[in-house]
Amino acid sequence: MSERVKVTIDGISIEVDAGTTILNAARLIGGDIVPPAMCYYSKLEGSGGKCRTCLVKVSKGSDKDPRPMPKLIASCRTGVMDGMEVQNITSPEVMEARKGIVEMLLINHPLDCPICDQAGECKLQDLSYEHGSEATRYEFERRTFDKIDIGDKIQLHMTRCILCYRCVYVADQLTDQREHGILGRGDAAEISTYIEKAIDNDFSGNVIDVCPVGALTDKTFRFKNRVWFTKPVDAHCDCDKCSGKVTLWYKGEEVLRVTARKDVNGEVESFICNTCRFERKNTSEWTIEGPRKISHHSVISSNHYELLDPPAVIRKNPALKEANIEEFERVTRHY
Amino acid sequence: MESLSNRKKVLEQKPMSFGEKIYLPSIAKGLAITFKHIFKKRETIFYPEELRPMSENWRGLHSLKRDENGKERCTACGLCALACPAEAITMEAAERKKGEENLYREEKYAAVYEINMLRCIFCGLCEEACPKEAIYLDGPFLEADYLRKDFIFGKDKLVEEPLKP
Repeated sequence: MSERVKVTIDGISIEVDAGTTILNAARLIGGDIVPPAMCYYSKLEGSGGKCRTCLVKVSKGSDKDPRPMPKLIASCRTGVMDGMEVQNITSPEVMEARKGIVEMLLINHPLDCPICDQAGECKLQDLSYEHGSEATRYEFERRTFDKIDIGDKIQLHMTRCILCYRCVYVADQLTDQREHGILGRGDAAEISTYIEKAIDNDFSGNVIDVCPVGALTDKTFRFKNRVWFTKPVDAHCDCDKCSGKVTLWYKGEEVLRVTARKDVNGEVESFICNTCRFERKNTSEWTIEGPRKISHHSVISSNHYELLDPPAVIRKNPALKEANIEEFERVTRHY
Repeated sequence: MESLSNRKKVLEQKPMSFGEKIYLPSIAKGLAITFKHIFKKRETIFYPEELRPMSENWRGLHSLKRDENGKERCTACGLCALACPAEAITMEAAERKKGEENLYREEKYAAVYEINMLRCIFCGLCEEACPKEAIYLDGPFLEADYLRKDFIFGKDKLVEEPLKP
């Protein structure tokens, strides 16, 4: 069963299990060659294939059939073949296509990042910063919706939604009854709860974490602070409903919000329950593990300098320190 | 000893002449210069009543701008505070309520916005960072004061005067 196949992505070869998707193979390699993904979520079954940001070029189909694939393919949905050669950042065609996709995603997305609570940890912001063009060519009215409260803790800004369907899969797979989904089709599609029914499931808060943009946000954190002024700290608690492993976002002594821990791909490590997310906002209810490591590319780690390599004079050097103490004592002995 | 560089000039002191000895011509010459200045244009100005014209890119005290309808432009996005190298800016955001649409431009606004003018180095990075064109360093000099707390400028000092109807 566990047949290993060899795949080359941007010139880097790796052996993976047969049936792995190209995106997951690239994530195993890691680094710059991982295609960005807005809709694929490894922890949600059936996700992916919608946003098209993970498009890659297959320059060699497999060892048996070395013809290249005729079109760019979605790497989150395509399994690897033995001897497959994939181009991601080395192909200008892919980069050009990705730029077009970002432009498409931004057609209806409002430019309200200064207001949006997701700003700073928004995948679409990162993506458009890396791949997008500076100005929009779209001249028509953008679609707008009113804000909807999904329960008293979650707010849905449908205007910002890019229809990645992740939250729908969360509602479908994590909660026992499906309470929200997509209404309408094509351009008219929108996320909605049926008759705006309040989600009162214990795991409904996870839609906030899986949302790549600011469409689903935490109402308890709404406009409290900007994410880059808060300090993330890993903590855990004994929770009978979930793993209890979370990140607390501090401002001073106050816990402003609680989220699940996100890995390098921006996916949560384990889903957390609503009690942990919305109710436990006191330090006394948590066991602190230490500061959360945030990639230094992120704005959240701006003005935090602990990742810098200190210069040799500041770097800890026990021998030098001892010599300095000796020298100090010798010089000051007579005083 | 002989000078090494040979650039030294030795001054000769001649004895004063009669004209120089009575000093009167020199005094008259000096007073003439003094009286001439009475009729010349004054170089000083009466600050703070009068101000010198400033360069176009002069950076003075900050002001928070209003838009053409008199609404506050600032949305408390925090980018000025993030850009500030002196960490002089703090703010607290609040959500705009129904009926306040004529006061604030967007659904979020700065309920508290403070700049510590003692920390500020007037570099203008906040002005550059602002996506809403809400903050400009177009004010005058920072005036002296007695207490440190008076240098923390709140919205009462920073926000522009509302539009006259």
